[in-house]
Amino acid sequence: MSYRILENKALASGIFEMTVEAPAVARKAHAGQFFIVRACEHGERVPFTFSDWSADEGWIRFIFMRVGKTTHLLSHMTAGESVQDIAGPLGHPTPVAVGKPWGADTSIAEGDRLVVVGGGVGTAVAYPVARAAVEAGTRVTVIVGARTSELLILQRELAALDLEELIVVTDDGSAGRTGLVTEPLRELCEAGAVDRAFVVGPAIMMRFAAATTAECGTTLPTLASLNPIMIDGTGMCGACRIQVGGVTKFGCVDGPDFDAHLVDWEELATRQRVYLDYEQIAATEYERGCGCHG
Amino acid sequence: MAKNAAERAPRQPMPERDAQERARTFDEVALGYSAETARIEAERCLQCKKPPCENGCPVEVRIRDFIAALAEGDLPAASVALKERNALPAVCGRVCPQETQCEAQCVLGRKGEPVAIGRLERYVADWDRDEHTRRRLSSSCGATIRAHDHEQVAARQIGLHSCLHDASSTRSTEAVLAVAVVGSGPAGLTCAAELTQLGYDVTVFEAMHALGGVLAYGIPAFRLPNDILEDEIDSLRRAGVKFELNALVGRITDAEELLAGGFAAVFFGTGAGLPTFLGIEGENFNGVYSANEFLTRINLMHAHRFPAYDTPIWQGREVVVIGGGNVAMDAARCALRMRAERVSIVYRRTVEEMPARVEEIHHACEEGVAMRELCAPLRIVGSQGWCTGLEVQSMQLGEPDESGRRRPESDGSEPFVIPCDTIITAVGTGANVLTREATSGVELNKWGYVVTDEDGRTSHPRIYAGGDIVTGAATVILAMGAGKKAAHAINTDLNT
Repeated sequence: MSYRILENKALASGIFEMTVEAPAVARKAHAGQFFIVRACEHGERVPFTFSDWSADEGWIRFIFMRVGKTTHLLSHMTAGESVQDIAGPLGHPTPVAVGKPWGADTSIAEGDRLVVVGGGVGTAVAYPVARAAVEAGTRVTVIVGARTSELLILQRELAALDLEELIVVTDDGSAGRTGLVTEPLRELCEAGAVDRAFVVGPAIMMRFAAATTAECGTTLPTLASLNPIMIDGTGMCGACRIQVGGVTKFGCVDGPDFDAHLVDWEELATRQRVYLDYEQIAATEYERGCGCHG
Repeated sequence: MAKNAAERAPRQPMPERDAQERARTFDEVALGYSAETARIEAERCLQCKKPPCENGCPVEVRIRDFIAALAEGDLPAASVALKERNALPAVCGRVCPQETQCEAQCVLGRKGEPVAIGRLERYVADWDRDEHTRRRLSSSCGATIRAHDHEQVAARQIGLHSCLHDASSTRSTEAVLAVAVVGSGPAGLTCAAELTQLGYDVTVFEAMHALGGVLAYGIPAFRLPNDILEDEIDSLRRAGVKFELNALVGRITDAEELLAGGFAAVFFGTGAGLPTFLGIEGENFNGVYSANEFLTRINLMHAHRFPAYDTPIWQGREVVVIGGGNVAMDAARCALRMRAERVSIVYRRTVEEMPARVEEIHHACEEGVAMRELCAPLRIVGSQGWCTGLEVQSMQLGEPDESGRRRPESDGSEPFVIPCDTIITAVGTGANVLTREATSGVELNKWGYVVTDEDGRTSHPRIYAGGDIVTGAATVILAMGAGKKAAHAINTDLNT
């Protein structure tokens, strides 16, 4: 099986969107699910969430930030080349149908209004989730945030969805409102304008978003799409384990979405930091020309 | 050859790499017999009329015949006899617990030491493998050696045509039926090999990017070198087995789709890969691993060779492994090879009760792994998210429990902390979780294992299962036996 790259383009500074031929994976993909990519023969297994896919045309798409060796390598790959491996879809789809559970003790009700919050590259996950909810007939508001306007992604795609509102926030005010995603989120909660929330982005952003939806009078049922370290992605290693409501869950097979108010955010953040030094070593080696690509 | 007791040579020891030297490398520990020791050992065999050793083998290897051929110096015939019923002899010769299976039944073992069947199996399998390599090399150099010469001669000698994988001979008049095998571990590979021999068109679906299942991600290279496994799989490929990598059945497709898509039957050999944790405080601290994660990083992802390979592995200086099985020994010995300063195994009973093979415990001790027996883990202590020690309770053995083993109980002393920065839990595994999604409608028991009859038939007439996904974590050879039985059940059912 060859996983041929159909397109690889820079969306913003250091942010790339890759489209890969993987018909069998595309055929079964749903919003909120992820897959494992191994870029090259000696590569690590890295999970990425679908930003888009086409079952008919047989491709999947993901958006990544260039941070470590694998993402550096991926960023330099071009259409016509192939990535070594793609395995998926993994994890459970984000629920959209009425009656599906949303967090620990609520389910999606008829007429629920949903707010989808995407921080940074998390927008790449927020987009298909919002789209799937809209297609399921849900009234959806989207809040996306980035440090600066340059780093905003998928604006056109989001604008094309039939949303209640698209709220853009930047730290420096270069686009949309100035500030953090939690501010419009708080306003929506306090106005009683939404019934459920879905948050995805850096752990720290999701943590604060969860705190926001917990504090607004009646707690707003909130799901967070977690991104712990993984190896196999199929429930075999337990590297992605995380405490949710005091119970250890596996990000890969139990998630990736969990009740944001029950996630042990401190633990998630700590566990995400285990390999920071190693990532630095790998990236340095790569820059010295030891990468297995070119 | 059957000599009387006075003339019989003693059981030949297995040459091993020096313990100090090997504890720093992933090179294979056991070096294998020489031609001479193999012959001497083979000559010890009594050649029983009804060989009890063969009853002790889950895949019923023709032990007597392969040893007879070996004793006569006829290696081609020995290897044909060996491979007739075992698709993975080089693997089995290395990882099977022969001491509780074939060798436990050996007549010689009643009064002395049994024939070293496993070591002979390995010797013959390795000879065969080298022979293939030699032939490949010479044919690529343009030499005029006829491929498969020795196999054909030997097959004629003992009348075995099936071992040549002549698919058409068994089902020549019918259309070839396709069978899907899910999982490329020992059960799946054996089922695939057997079905291919029986004339089926077999495709193996593997979720990972590499083949072998637990043989690839679980068993370290110093016990089972990667190239040995690769060669065994290559020989299945040559026999006609097709392999699909990254093919997560349960996600990318499922049993119903496979059956609807033209497969006449589906076999699940998906294993028991879900790691079990102890459920004690502090288990999610950094520095705490499941043995599966630790071993997968090393064996499957080659993290010990980071940064040449991209997957890293964090390991501190003081490593504690919890558990007393083969997996615990593997993890401890990997940790030593990853340059840990101290590695100890914590077990709540004594070394005597450990489920690991005696040989593995012995190897671990020789290499410098400390055994802390009669220690029950209470909790993991840590600081700033990282583990700093394991608090344990000192135990003593009480009355026997349901398993017949003496039950460990607290000796009443104060708990104490074993300082360590890395903890690896090797306390068993559970059923593969994707199997449930892959086999909708098939009866599972309350732990998620597939319910089957003795031959691997599930509650669905065209779905079969075998190995750890049925029995829970067991041995490579039992899984192989189950894969083989299921293959025959499939063959029977598809022909009636």
